[in-house]
Amino acid sequence: MEILQAIAKALEKGDQKDVARLTTQAIEQENPPQTILDDGLIAGMDVVGEQFRAHEIFLPQVLLAAQAMYAGLDLLEPLLLSEGIASRGKVVIGTVEGDLHDIGKNLVGIMLRGAGFEVIDLGSDVSPERFVAAAGESGAPVIGMSALLTTTMPVMGRTVERIEKEGLTGQVQAIVGGAPLSRDFAERIGAAGYGYDGLSAVDLVKKLIS
Amino acid sequence: MRPLLRLLSDELVERILDEARGILQNLGVEIHNEKAVSLLGDHGADVDRPKGRVRLPGDLVDRALATVPSGFALYDSTGEQTHDLSGNRVYFTPGSSAINILDLESGVMRRPVTADYVRYARLMGGLDHIASQSTAFIPTDVPDEVTDSYRLYLSLMFCSKPVVTGAFTIESFELMKNLQVAVRGSMEALQDKPLTIFSICPTAPLKWSEVTSQNLLDCAEYSIPVEYVSMPLAGFMSPVTLVGTLIQHTAETLSGVVLTQLKKPGAPALWGGSPAAFDIRYETTPMGAAETIMIDCAAAEIGKHLGLPTQAYSALSDAKLLDAQAGLETAMGAALSVLAGINSVSGPGMLDFESCQSLEKLVLDNEICGLALRLVEGIEPKDDFPAGELFNELLETGHLLIAGHTLTHLKGEHYLPSTVIDRANRSRWQEEGSLTLGERARLEVDRLVGEWQPVGLDPAVLTELTDLMETEARRYGLDRLPDRE
Repeated sequence: MEILQAIAKALEKGDQKDVARLTTQAIEQENPPQTILDDGLIAGMDVVGEQFRAHEIFLPQVLLAAQAMYAGLDLLEPLLLSEGIASRGKVVIGTVEGDLHDIGKNLVGIMLRGAGFEVIDLGSDVSPERFVAAAGESGAPVIGMSALLTTTMPVMGRTVERIEKEGLTGQVQAIVGGAPLSRDFAERIGAAGYGYDGLSAVDLVKKLIS
Repeated sequence: MRPLLRLLSDELVERILDEARGILQNLGVEIHNEKAVSLLGDHGADVDRPKGRVRLPGDLVDRALATVPSGFALYDSTGEQTHDLSGNRVYFTPGSSAINILDLESGVMRRPVTADYVRYARLMGGLDHIASQSTAFIPTDVPDEVTDSYRLYLSLMFCSKPVVTGAFTIESFELMKNLQVAVRGSMEALQDKPLTIFSICPTAPLKWSEVTSQNLLDCAEYSIPVEYVSMPLAGFMSPVTLVGTLIQHTAETLSGVVLTQLKKPGAPALWGGSPAAFDIRYETTPMGAAETIMIDCAAAEIGKHLGLPTQAYSALSDAKLLDAQAGLETAMGAALSVLAGINSVSGPGMLDFESCQSLEKLVLDNEICGLALRLVEGIEPKDDFPAGELFNELLETGHLLIAGHTLTHLKGEHYLPSTVIDRANRSRWQEEGSLTLGERARLEVDRLVGEWQPVGLDPAVLTELTDLMETEARRYGLDRLPDRE
């Protein structure tokens, strides 16, 4: 469908206004909201993801594309809700207790939303109790934890332990990220995965929620 | 004449200061520590408690600037003065808190253990151009809760140089203070002769965490010198322009000055920082970038303008190996930092965006520091006028190798590097094994560690230090401190 391709192209260019205009048009032309989302917005975002992976574009372009994505999403959400269509999945994110560095976590949140997930952002300085409670209450199957300080990394291990203690193993999985972390660390604490940048975090979530 | 680098005109410095004050007055800083917030509120700051935002009026900043000292001294563990951190005097210190160490033989970066740290501390005694040690990396064979104090303990046990360090938690401060008091004999003696500097970092943009705010207050209370290490990332967590980043750095650092000076007027401090460019292509923070180095130097100019002694993270590299990039980035940073008159330059030994230390690189960087320090000694006449007699001698003898003038001045005038810097002609270099820089550095590490002399502390003091450390370690489940070999 031409209009949907046009939406994808506008999103790839990071053109907020155009995406909004074309999405409105697509809605008026009676395209199903889910189709506009999948074949217009998410299709465009997937291309952006590939270009980023290939080092053809960089973080600012990804963020501009995500902004354009929201412009379209804002128009579609009420329609999707009224049709009872759920989001792609829910993810709880936060920066761990004792740590205020939240920009990485914020970027992951933006990209997850851009990929169609519902993001519950607990902010920074989040305790294991708060992480697990939020997952339990919202039914989110994934908790994403971020840390920049090596001294706060132990909180991640305690959160994984708490998931077990609350009997949520299998229902809730934890993924981790942050500059001083590594795949080794994630494995050692029993996390389900480690993301070395925002986009790999999204890939991880896509894999876990499917 | 002492050569001095200037990047900012006086007018630009003033404008940056004005703008920074405006930001502190109108936007304020976010402080996650109730004691700090109350202290500021009591002294006239405008506190928005629910948001944790504190706005600092101009007169509060002025008051703080009026009491902060224009310099302070550091002393080694035997009580000898080693530093006069004032004016344009420059000193180097290794980069601190690395999480990895480079194993040169295997080329692998790995997590360090106690034996690595002891080797490092022993090496530091032999590096003549690096005047202080730092708690350079984080040993992983002790509980997380004691890693900060344990580094300081090892440093004090194996090297007498003063220590640039820092605490990772609020609780650790007590032990780190007590270790120092044990060395000096009393708190009064410690305050008289500072032994450490604590690096304390705000979080960009314009935030102080609970731990870092408390560290500031605690250090100020006991007159333990601090260096405010603001770390804006240009284009990411601060404006992409250098001036914009300098405005943020100034605002964040001023807020630190206010906090310590309100707690204790006259508490010693360095106007410091570790700002950086942000490479959008790799999402990394290059410390070797021209922009990073320039922001460092310019930030120090602003600190000097305010009458404070200065510090910066410079003289280091983003390379993963001891290679040409490691050399060039470190040398650029070192040369420019000394020319800018930055009093304490933190960096030697560091690789991989301040995350990795290397003993071989430390040895190379010691040479870079020697070179840099010689640069700022400048050029002064030394029995050069009138020159007639000396030239007569040269023409008559045909050389000046053993002239009185040469014998008198050779040592003070020319810096002679160690064998790490290759100056042999090619034949000799080949004869001596065609050694690479890495191989030469490794030999030098071995040699200097082998020549280590015990620190001149009373055995009773050494015992007390160990008792203090063991007691703390036991609290967190470690019954016996790790082996040192």
